[in-house]
Amino acid sequence: MSDSTILTPQDIIERGELVFKKTALLTDNIMSYCPGCGHGVAHRITMEVLEEMGIGDQTIGVAPVGCSVLAYEFMNIDMQQAAHGRAPAVATGIKRVYPDKYVFTYQGDGDLAAIGTAETIHACNRGENIVIIFINNGIYGMTGGQMAPTTLPGMKSSTSPFGRDVQMMGHPLKITEMIAQLPGVVYVTRQAVHKPALVNRAKKAIRKGFEIQKEKKGLAFIEIVSNCNSGWKMTPVNSNIWLEENMLPFFPLGDIKG
Amino acid sequence: MAKVRGAIVVDTERCKGCNLCVVACPTNVIALHKEVNGKGYNYAYPLNHDACTGCVSCATVCPDAVITVYRLKPSK
Amino acid sequence: MEEIKLMKGNEAIAEALIRAGADAYFGYPITPQSEILEYLMTEEPYKRTGMVVLQAESEIAAINMVYGAGACGKKVMTSSSSPGISLKQEGISYIAGSEIPCLIVNVVRGGPGLGTIQPSQSDYFQSVKGGGHGDYRLIVLAPASVQEMADFVQLSFDMAFKYRNPVLILSDGLIGQMMEKVILPPQQERLTDEEVEKRYGSWATVGKKAGRERNIITSLELKSERQEKHNHKLQAKYREIEKNEVRFEKINCENADYLLVAFGSSARICQKTIQLGKAKGINIGLIRPITLWPFPSEEINKAADKVKGILTVEMNAGQMVEDVRLAVNGKRKVEHFGRYGGMIPSPDEVLTALEQKLIGG
Repeated sequence: MSDSTILTPQDIIERGELVFKKTALLTDNIMSYCPGCGHGVAHRITMEVLEEMGIGDQTIGVAPVGCSVLAYEFMNIDMQQAAHGRAPAVATGIKRVYPDKYVFTYQGDGDLAAIGTAETIHACNRGENIVIIFINNGIYGMTGGQMAPTTLPGMKSSTSPFGRDVQMMGHPLKITEMIAQLPGVVYVTRQAVHKPALVNRAKKAIRKGFEIQKEKKGLAFIEIVSNCNSGWKMTPVNSNIWLEENMLPFFPLGDIKG
Repeated sequence: MAKVRGAIVVDTERCKGCNLCVVACPTNVIALHKEVNGKGYNYAYPLNHDACTGCVSCATVCPDAVITVYRLKPSK
Repeated sequence: MEEIKLMKGNEAIAEALIRAGADAYFGYPITPQSEILEYLMTEEPYKRTGMVVLQAESEIAAINMVYGAGACGKKVMTSSSSPGISLKQEGISYIAGSEIPCLIVNVVRGGPGLGTIQPSQSDYFQSVKGGGHGDYRLIVLAPASVQEMADFVQLSFDMAFKYRNPVLILSDGLIGQMMEKVILPPQQERLTDEEVEKRYGSWATVGKKAGRERNIITSLELKSERQEKHNHKLQAKYREIEKNEVRFEKINCENADYLLVAFGSSARICQKTIQLGKAKGINIGLIRPITLWPFPSEEINKAADKVKGILTVEMNAGQMVEDVRLAVNGKRKVEHFGRYGGMIPSPDEVLTALEQKLIGG
């Protein structure tokens, strides 16, 4: 009996096995992110890791100001919202009183590499046993597309309408490479989520980060280069192409440390 | 050798029509529908469902986790 | 048997913190309160009670560490002095908005700007009128002795957790630096998560157990209808605090002709002024607000009926005097005397000012 012609999707669903469904650690709230935004994928793979490790009930997430400030509407775990730039300090406060629970921050580039630079560097330098997930899309998305520390030279934004002028604003900040110098940080990697293979690799990196936290080895720092189609004024598909041609040469993917 | 068959279910009301699953699918199963959902998005749906192998590429890149994937291995 | 020691105010508050069963302290060096962090680092309370002590990279980081730990239902304190407290204001507004219990200590120094390191009371407005953004209140306690520096720690935590509200101890460089006899409170056990939940409710982020919704600590609410409701809730809480938590001390007010109103160190100075006045046949009373918010307005209003005039004595350019005028509501003349920039008034200076401003006029 050849089953290729007469099988309907319904047959496959009934007789087949379920191979992918939304993780229970994502709430049912529709995400507030723009269509095609990498935040949604980063949220999902983070929650999938917590689910697979069975630590959802011992994890506290910290989401500061940025597009992901509403992360607690989508992450079905105990969460704290932090002031802009202060998530690493908030996470330090949590981890110090809960050394055996899991703590992570989920920050954008403006939060982590502009206003929160000091908190980021010092939490890393203390080697806080937390995971920092850093979404780098080279722009302030939530406030409508302003220039960020990682905005590329010549890249347009609402506050660099003629392209980032490095004479005036300096070059994009390679915060991840800077962080890698700090002994307290045991794992530093840069990932992406715009292709299936890359998403799977990013998920493994996040899993590695939480395993490091489990073994109390120090801080895991995971950058995810992501798109911002509304800020960059492109379609989601084109923004991912632009990302590969422009962001990745400046922010190369791969493990930088550990 | 009979190939693995797959099927996807799209939560069309939550889909934002971002088109990322369409370009991610290795066998061009998915398209954006001419119709729009309650939010006005042209939602994704398995146009060429027979070509689906259940490889989960679509669900992997979907930012809103609206795709559920099933796979049926060929019976011996 | 009571444990009596001779201690600096800053050290007394640090020791009292350990004994209150605190879970964590996050600090940063700034004169005149660095001894609090130094004492806690030397004392290693981690070994005594498991309490965490950490020096942050800035006062901003420290207040946000307090936010994180406090939102887990832990007993947490930070301390600083005037410029550092200014840096913490955004964090404090977040803490008040998210209804997180915690204790903040301000050992005030002369301002504005970098100012001086000598004592002052020029952070009164910042403390009681809200130094950060939005409608919120801090319960503000003003110690006038090393003993009160110790006593107010447990009292602060009790109120902070009862009302889920930040509490501020407004001390100053004088009380922080001077040494006095202090009876130290007994050691209390640190509370477990379960005890906190049983006593104060299940709102802390302890990790989402099965069978309950996730706990979210946030001050963000984009829907203004809901944010207004949240503000109504906060305001109702503040009315409750105003009803229950006013504290003050009255000295020699029975048949006083003139009334001094002063808190903290200034109140100590005024007590000498009362004696000097008695020697000159001038009967002076003192009301010492212990809670600067909620302010003892009712008490001052009543006292105003029985005196000819009121003088506030504050190491600032006149801040609490406004609240006293509000309380007195025009019934009596209310004047202010103060030294600033870290200068401390002497008792006879206060008497001379009283004579000039209240009697001479």
